[in-house]
Amino acid sequence: MSQQETEHKSEWPLWEVFIRSKAGLDHKHVGSLHAADAQMAIENARDVYTRRMEGVSIWVVESKYLHTSDPDESASMYEPANDKIYRHPTFYNLPDELKHM
Amino acid sequence: MSVQKLKYILQIADNALIMGHRLSEWCGHGPILEQDIALTNIALDHLGQARSLYQYAAEQFNELPRAEQEKVFTSPALQAIIAGGQPIDEDDMAYLRDGWDFYNVLLVEQANKDWAYTAARSLYYDTFNYHFYTGLQNSNDETLAAIAEKSLKEVTYHMRWSSEWVIRLGDGTAESHKRMQEAASYLWQYTGELCTMVETDKAMYKAGTGVNLDELKTKWATAIGKVLDEATLAQPEEGWMQQGGKEGRHTEHLGYILAEMQYMQRTYPNMEW
Amino acid sequence: MTVHSFEENFEEKLEKDIAIEPRDWMPDTYRKTLIRQISQHAHSEIVGMLPEGNWITRAPSLRRKAVLLAKVQDEAGHGLYLYSAAETLGISRDELYDQLHSGKAKYSSIFNYPTLTWADMGAIGWLVDGAAIMNQVPLCRTSYGPYARAMVRVCKEESFHQRQGFEIMLTLSKGTAVQKKMAQDALNRWWWPSIMMFGPPDDNSPHTEQSMHWKIKRFTNDELRQKFIDVTVEQAKILGLSVPDADLKWNEARGHYDYGKIDWDEFWNVVKGNGPCNKERLETRRKAWEGGEWVREAAAAYSEKRKQRSRQEAA
Repeated sequence: MSQQETEHKSEWPLWEVFIRSKAGLDHKHVGSLHAADAQMAIENARDVYTRRMEGVSIWVVESKYLHTSDPDESASMYEPANDKIYRHPTFYNLPDELKHM
Repeated sequence: MSVQKLKYILQIADNALIMGHRLSEWCGHGPILEQDIALTNIALDHLGQARSLYQYAAEQFNELPRAEQEKVFTSPALQAIIAGGQPIDEDDMAYLRDGWDFYNVLLVEQANKDWAYTAARSLYYDTFNYHFYTGLQNSNDETLAAIAEKSLKEVTYHMRWSSEWVIRLGDGTAESHKRMQEAASYLWQYTGELCTMVETDKAMYKAGTGVNLDELKTKWATAIGKVLDEATLAQPEEGWMQQGGKEGRHTEHLGYILAEMQYMQRTYPNMEW
Repeated sequence: MTVHSFEENFEEKLEKDIAIEPRDWMPDTYRKTLIRQISQHAHSEIVGMLPEGNWITRAPSLRRKAVLLAKVQDEAGHGLYLYSAAETLGISRDELYDQLHSGKAKYSSIFNYPTLTWADMGAIGWLVDGAAIMNQVPLCRTSYGPYARAMVRVCKEESFHQRQGFEIMLTLSKGTAVQKKMAQDALNRWWWPSIMMFGPPDDNSPHTEQSMHWKIKRFTNDELRQKFIDVTVEQAKILGLSVPDADLKWNEARGHYDYGKIDWDEFWNVVKGNGPCNKERLETRRKAWEGGEWVREAAAAYSEKRKQRSRQEAA
């Protein structure tokens, strides 16, 4: 075992924190923190990231369980969406009289 | 307005101030950044409670007849303000009273020592506070009832924090178990006072303002027993209980706390900061 | 893609102000420089809690006590955001602490000066946080995404810090003779260390050019220092305090204040560890960390036990 492993055996895992700032909105990633377990992670998140009433709901996920897309494949992952303009509402020509759509 | 009521408010306020003071000593020295922040939040809650209560206590005091005012607190600094005919405020309450006019329980002035002592002290006090504020919500004094309702939300979180830490340390490593047991057992002698009715408590309970502490005893003991059990800790042995804080007789710790806390106001009187 | 094209891609992003994110390719030196810069900043927040923390238990009013406590707590939060940003670059917080505790990593030298009176809480908020904000605001647009986002959060929270400091100074300067003396004394002691906070002069700042290119630094040390002096001298006038620099005078042609010679010998000595509180500050941090080791171990052990128990129950 390396010296480093011995020294850092007590390092708490890293957690990613997501906060819903008010009802009706998505949880948004706000940062990360260390905690020994999930319950502590939620409590730490409350103390660290909502000191100024920034949230109504908290998600935490241990960082190691987060799967990320490979940025080098971003061309194949996201660019195809560029030409699917029909997914966007402004693609459609509608009469001006039409409201609330 | 009665002196009894003033003293009752001060009991609650002094508990909050001294507890907050002790917890604030951890700021910058905690075992990990996240917990440094968590404990400071709790310290800020206590300080906030203390301020609301001191403001109310000052109001009560200012309404007393002059002759009564002169008898309540003996410190020359406060006497000077009274002699000048000035109303007193939250800061005068915190910074100009002498030790024997502080009515906090002995438990809250005990030293931080380490994380286990801090957690045990918090567990004992938070659990008491939770049940106390629950009862105080029904006070016939609207201000106290309102403060209790607001504080209860904070205290519920405090109790969760301290229970979890006592359990974690008790059921953690061999070392943490040993330390946690030592702290829980040592501080036990200061817990008897929490639910003991002194004259002020009895009078205020009778008046419909205060909480019946006799009823709290079992609730407190049951809650503590559950946490200690889950923490795999032995219930401390019943023995002699230290008393006196609620009547102004303190441990040596309070003198040092006040010397530090009151130094500015005492050294530079009558100034705005 | 070849390494060459990775690098071109990286340069192109820098050019177009597109943020670099943790999983993007980046030059090794960029990564290392960022780790150094972000962790220095994080360490400064954490060590910076100590000089002000000194006064939490002695604050002269309950309102000041609450504000100071919340402020020092914010610094812990800022340290945490920054350590987290550094961790996205592949280094753990424990490793960063080791670097701090062993003396390998640096932190802002200003925190190696002592806080002797209550007025120092005012001076630190006004001058030190003022200088820090000037340094930090441009970093909200720094090229590395997690760093920039952490800085946005820091700056948002920091805004009350300088105000509370200035308010303390204002109250003192409008107060009694002894309070004015306290305020002036604090300004005298904190002025020079504050303007040294921007770092060595540009002609002696080896990393500046590269860091500017990488957009992890957006103004030079001397530019920021000048801006700080211009703003702060005017604020000192409002306070009725005198800035302890005999050579300070408005230069109409430059449109800036000229200022006296900075004692860089003192600066480098404090950096090297000879400041009045270097040893004490590090010792305090080390003590807190080592003293908390058994607590962290216990929490980790408890969490492990619980996991095992729930696995057994499931089985």
